[in-house]
Amino acid sequence: MIDGDVLERVLSTATRRGAAFAEVFAEDRRSTGFSFDEGRVDQVTSGRDRGAGVRVVVGDTTGYAHTADLSEASLIAAAEAAAEAAGMGDGAARVIALDGAGPRRHPVGEVRIDPRSIPKDARVDLLRAADDAARAYDPQVVQVSAGVADSRRRILVANTDGLHATDEVTRVLFRVNVVADADGGKQTGYQSMGRTTGWEAFDEYDVAAMGSDAARQAVVKLRARPAPTGAMPVVIARGTGGVLFHEACGHGLEADHIAKDASVYAGRMGELVASELVTLVDNGSMAGEWGALGIDDEGHPTQHNVLIQDGILVDYMWDHLRARDAGRAPSGNGRRESYDCLPMVRMTNTYVLAGPHDPDEIVAATDHGVYIAELGGGSVNTATGDFVFGMREAYLIENGQITEPLREGNLIGNGPQVLADIDMLADDFAMGSPGTCGKDGQGVPVGDGQPTLRVSSMTVGGTAA
Amino acid sequence: MSADIADLVASLAAAAGPDEQIEAYASRGSSTEVRVWRGQVEHFVSAASEGVGVRVVSGGRTGFAYAGTLEADAVAEVLAEARENVAYGTADPDAGVAEPDGVEPVDIELWSDELDRFATADKIELALELERMVLAMDPRIRVDDANYIDGGGEMAVATSTGIVRHRRGNSCHVSVSTLADDGDETQTGFGYSIGDHPGEFDLEWAAREAVERATRLLGAEKPPSERTTVIFDPFVTAQLLSIIGSTLNGEAVVRGRSLFADRVGDVIASELVTLIDDPTDVRAYTATDVDGEGLATRRNVLIDAGRLDHFVQSTYSARRAGVVSTGNGVRGGYSSTPGTGCLALQLVPGARSRDDLIADVDHGVLVQSLSGVHSGVNTVSGDVSVGATGMTIRNGALATPVREFTVASTIQRLLTDVVEVGGDIEWLPSRAAGVSLVVRDVSVSGTS
Repeated sequence: MIDGDVLERVLSTATRRGAAFAEVFAEDRRSTGFSFDEGRVDQVTSGRDRGAGVRVVVGDTTGYAHTADLSEASLIAAAEAAAEAAGMGDGAARVIALDGAGPRRHPVGEVRIDPRSIPKDARVDLLRAADDAARAYDPQVVQVSAGVADSRRRILVANTDGLHATDEVTRVLFRVNVVADADGGKQTGYQSMGRTTGWEAFDEYDVAAMGSDAARQAVVKLRARPAPTGAMPVVIARGTGGVLFHEACGHGLEADHIAKDASVYAGRMGELVASELVTLVDNGSMAGEWGALGIDDEGHPTQHNVLIQDGILVDYMWDHLRARDAGRAPSGNGRRESYDCLPMVRMTNTYVLAGPHDPDEIVAATDHGVYIAELGGGSVNTATGDFVFGMREAYLIENGQITEPLREGNLIGNGPQVLADIDMLADDFAMGSPGTCGKDGQGVPVGDGQPTLRVSSMTVGGTAA
Repeated sequence: MSADIADLVASLAAAAGPDEQIEAYASRGSSTEVRVWRGQVEHFVSAASEGVGVRVVSGGRTGFAYAGTLEADAVAEVLAEARENVAYGTADPDAGVAEPDGVEPVDIELWSDELDRFATADKIELALELERMVLAMDPRIRVDDANYIDGGGEMAVATSTGIVRHRRGNSCHVSVSTLADDGDETQTGFGYSIGDHPGEFDLEWAAREAVERATRLLGAEKPPSERTTVIFDPFVTAQLLSIIGSTLNGEAVVRGRSLFADRVGDVIASELVTLIDDPTDVRAYTATDVDGEGLATRRNVLIDAGRLDHFVQSTYSARRAGVVSTGNGVRGGYSSTPGTGCLALQLVPGARSRDDLIADVDHGVLVQSLSGVHSGVNTVSGDVSVGATGMTIRNGALATPVREFTVASTIQRLLTDVVEVGGDIEWLPSRAAGVSLVVRDVSVSGTS
């Protein structure tokens, strides 16, 4: 996207006011999306976003400016603006020499079938297949919408440490939303699939099955009763509850919150912060998963990071600046939504390893509680540890049996307490569906996963007495 | 720099062939975000963005493309791609761009020269001043971040049916996030202030809100589970109004996803509820004279003294419903096509202060923040269940702080169970204004 000698001149300009660190991040993203609603392809979208951001760090102050124009003149102007934003100091421009071998790559996974090679008609066929399956599932299905999208994102990063790296990531996404209607009102069902691969994802995933499963979920909920209130045991099905860890401790283990002492996990390194059953990993190099990327948005290779080992806190997640301040290597967790954003510490694919229990045994051992077949999104206050997550499909557990479906709602808990209260963890690990993690207004794709597990007590936000 | 964006969109719209309609939308703007921490600038982001989105409708089929640049070759490519995408759409007799409807945009000023001229150093100083004020108010307080944010720019939209609109606007606000410590315990708060320009900020109020919201919660515990009366504070009510607004959306109605379909003319709320979407009210942060399709915005009374009057409509939803657009075509910028939605909601306020509302409650909860609004609300079924923090109310006064509980009901019941609307309207940096709202019979879930 940008030649090495241009990058060197831009970085040199960026250091003119005495910057300790400067970086150029360039991005070229193309996307295609088909949306289908009420039996029609109602929109076909093509998009292109291309630009570069220059970051300049002077002392503890970061200046950032960006441009949609990748010409040298525009990049130099952005470097000047970022340097000015970072401080009013006056120093000599440094000569910057990038890693001579040209941009480094650290690919994870491969793209076997380039989505650009797929005719647009084939996308319409997939959407129709999901729609047909959902409508055929039950006459109470009254509305179906679906979408298929793919994107190719190329990035280039260069900084004053000489780092020069590039990456190209292809993602494909498919979703189905269903509305079912009966006398008691409307209910919704949802299924999605997201892979950091090419079109071969559709060899692995059956979109018709996703359509009928979304329909099943909506129809089941037509007879749902109000969820209970109060604290009780909660069993979460495998591959759907990673968001629990994302909220209960993932955000709290991001080094930017730690640096500001705005996390309940600050100062707890080496301590028991979870049930001894819990080993938590964040792994951006997990090929194919929705949160996978070769290098992060600061140019550092992604890697397998163990955060909690057998309940003991062993590491946080790091971006470049936080790692530099702590005198350690970055962990490949510096990410940004696009070139117009500053990078932050972010999760990638976050998951809990399998445990010793049998999933059926976990339900059978629960006298009265809630079984969550599928979680929705969540959010957390890292400073207090209080977090919520939604249940999209849930059932009552009575006398060790899964019984009636429940209406939607949130559960609320406190991160360290909930982690300590995980008293059963099954041997049936699975990754979950694609997510978008929001932080400070930026959304990035993330994956999660876990085996079936039980939390001995969480507060269920229902309306039943 | 590229040419005038009004000329650009007009020339794109003029490229329409005899059997096609074209809508072109372009925007160009810049923004500043200053974040300070411990008396220093943590980051300063100076952003400039521009882009164009083109929608082509032909034979009832719609294609769309966009690019985050206004370079001539990219713009030409966008038009070609949008045309190419048309081929894969399905014909929909109601698809099409907006038509001139004879309604002139209201004459409101959305641009402040004072804000435009406001110096960089002064932006930084405002954020630093806010941080200092907060820290001086209470020794238990830390600041997580203090921010000054502004943005300004222009947008233009043109259609081959004869619409050409061009407008500019700018806005600014300050915000601060706080942490209050007491031993091992930490609680959080926030404060903000908006204005047409920085001279209108009320830093003192923003600082006090941020301090009190955090310190008030120190010592908070889970409340007992019960059905009780809840007072939502203005910030929280604004979030609830956004949810309610999304159910009064004409597109959701015609697509079979609204729980209020077929209810026009019915009483769906307490008679105390009059809900208005009015982007022509300049006090609203999201005030605008033109919608995302280039039509004039207007004042729409959606719920009138409890009775559902009408839904908000865009050109598409209106055609399907056999009505006219209410000027509620919304778009997220050049990268998306217009949808349908509320632009600037407000509840007609009552007369009494928040203290007076509290004084009337023997037993209840004041809710000061919500969490999980996106995961715990289903606008199709109406289920609402969200995390909350606040204070218990006992015998007409705030009693003890509470956290880690949920409040739950349904959208339908929340509307009918409104007991009183406060007189304390607050203009927030969001699509809805806030006001204190008293609702009876809400499920609070905490300890068993």
